[in-house]
Amino acid sequence: MKLEDKLSTVVKEMKPSGIRKFFDVAKQIEDVISLGVGEPDFDTPWHIREAGIYSVEQGHTHYTENAGLPALRQQICEYYKERYQLDYAPDSDCLVTIGGSEAIDNCFRALLNPGDEVIVATPCFVSYEPTVHLTGGVVKYLQLRSEDAFKVTPEALEACITDKSKLLMINFPGNPTGGTMSEEDYAKLVPIIKKHELIVISDEIYSELIYEGKHTSLAHFDEIKDQVLIINGFSKAFAMTGWRLGYLLGPSTIIKAVTKIHQYAIMSAPTVSQYAAIEALKNGQKNVDAMRLAYKARRNLIVDGFNKMGLPTHLPKGAFYIFPDIRPTGLSSDEFCERLIKEQRVACVPGSAFGEAGAGFIRVSYASSLEEIKEALTRISQFVEQFNVKPSNT
Amino acid sequence: MIDLELLMLLSANAKYEPADLAVILQTDLQDVEKRIAALEEKKIICGYHTIINWDKTSEEQVTSIIYCDAIPERDHGYDNIAKKIYNYPEVESMYLTSGKSDFIIMIHGQTMKEVASFVATKLACIEGITSTSTLFVLQTYKTSGVIMKDETTTSERLLVTP
Repeated sequence: MKLEDKLSTVVKEMKPSGIRKFFDVAKQIEDVISLGVGEPDFDTPWHIREAGIYSVEQGHTHYTENAGLPALRQQICEYYKERYQLDYAPDSDCLVTIGGSEAIDNCFRALLNPGDEVIVATPCFVSYEPTVHLTGGVVKYLQLRSEDAFKVTPEALEACITDKSKLLMINFPGNPTGGTMSEEDYAKLVPIIKKHELIVISDEIYSELIYEGKHTSLAHFDEIKDQVLIINGFSKAFAMTGWRLGYLLGPSTIIKAVTKIHQYAIMSAPTVSQYAAIEALKNGQKNVDAMRLAYKARRNLIVDGFNKMGLPTHLPKGAFYIFPDIRPTGLSSDEFCERLIKEQRVACVPGSAFGEAGAGFIRVSYASSLEEIKEALTRISQFVEQFNVKPSNT
Repeated sequence: MIDLELLMLLSANAKYEPADLAVILQTDLQDVEKRIAALEEKKIICGYHTIINWDKTSEEQVTSIIYCDAIPERDHGYDNIAKKIYNYPEVESMYLTSGKSDFIIMIHGQTMKEVASFVATKLACIEGITSTSTLFVLQTYKTSGVIMKDETTTSERLLVTP
């Protein structure tokens, strides 16, 4: 018997992760400065860690309600009201999940029938496409372009719509581009979303990492609020990646359906993480503000560095990534990253790992100290020198 | 706003080069240099010091914290008497505090004997000082926001993640 034959067709057909492939290359090389990490370099602030420890000491070691601790859901809804002026009811419109990733997966499972189409703005976070495929859904790619500052335009959205379109998957501020959408940008999409009755899954995991202006969401538009599911979590804002905690906000009908899957597949999110998250929301804003300031300083330094070496780099307004255009070197994004790590020991991620639209670009994370970023820029600059590219003014 | 961000950056690391600070603050080098000069002139930036873990050097260093009571003076309060204390170069930091003591003074010396001698022959003799209580530091765990103890700082982050 070949065990391989027992695997499901959809899993067998699932493409290997481009990130995984590059991780395998990177781990064989010593003394690497990694700008390829999609998580904060900060440790979780001590008071949040301490709240987790205290919860264990107090014996909070059991399951919680499926949807999450009522006190946490209350805090999440209060936080969204205070920070983003959006109203959600803790009892019916909120589900606590294992990271944003579980929420993404469960939303697709709750909403898609085989053949339904999901418009995915790409380049994008790596999990969207395979999780759609697992449900039998079909991905339609909406290509984000650097000349549009990686925003979704109404024209691009219209062009993707067919009679099978059901969902629109977006992520702003975005991984891997750092792109953001303003209220004006979203306003142009609202009539299209309403007309075609699209359900929007809005991954807002980087909502606290906005450096100019303020975060806005499609859920701010009353006429389509019931068509919008917000995914957020604690990983990026509060540097809590390892705690694996996220949440979903949206209309009760859909939240109820997603909770049904969650209760069978997961039961409840980790209790210790939920208690720590309450502390994060209650008393963690000053930490978020300090981390945001640090990221902004790093962003300015790294964008300047890449433009000076001749790789046009858009100044992103959010998240902690830049997405430099490496086409002036004549290399593909895979070749660029492989040679860079081998020749100069700096890890970045090929843009193509985030979808075909990322080809010709690389994702560079600035969730590293200023000192590391400076050293990395020196090394990358030495690498790029061999291609005789001219400084850009982007 | 730029001044505040500049101060925060320099308080985290006084070694940042003005050219980098200009890029970080989205301004030009001249502007940064002008701002730093103005902040120094106004004594908002009072110095650029290095945090040293003396325990790791061969240099003997004794740090003591002294709680000190004093009688305030009419019209001057504690200021004149404080000046008589902080003018001694041995005094590294000095604070007027609420609570049990009037002053908290930090002193560095090479030996315990040297510190004891300073307290007995200089500090306690100042007119207006009514009592002193000297505590010797046994171990510095953290100073100026920096943890002194050797702790593993290896990053647990994976090299490449989505």
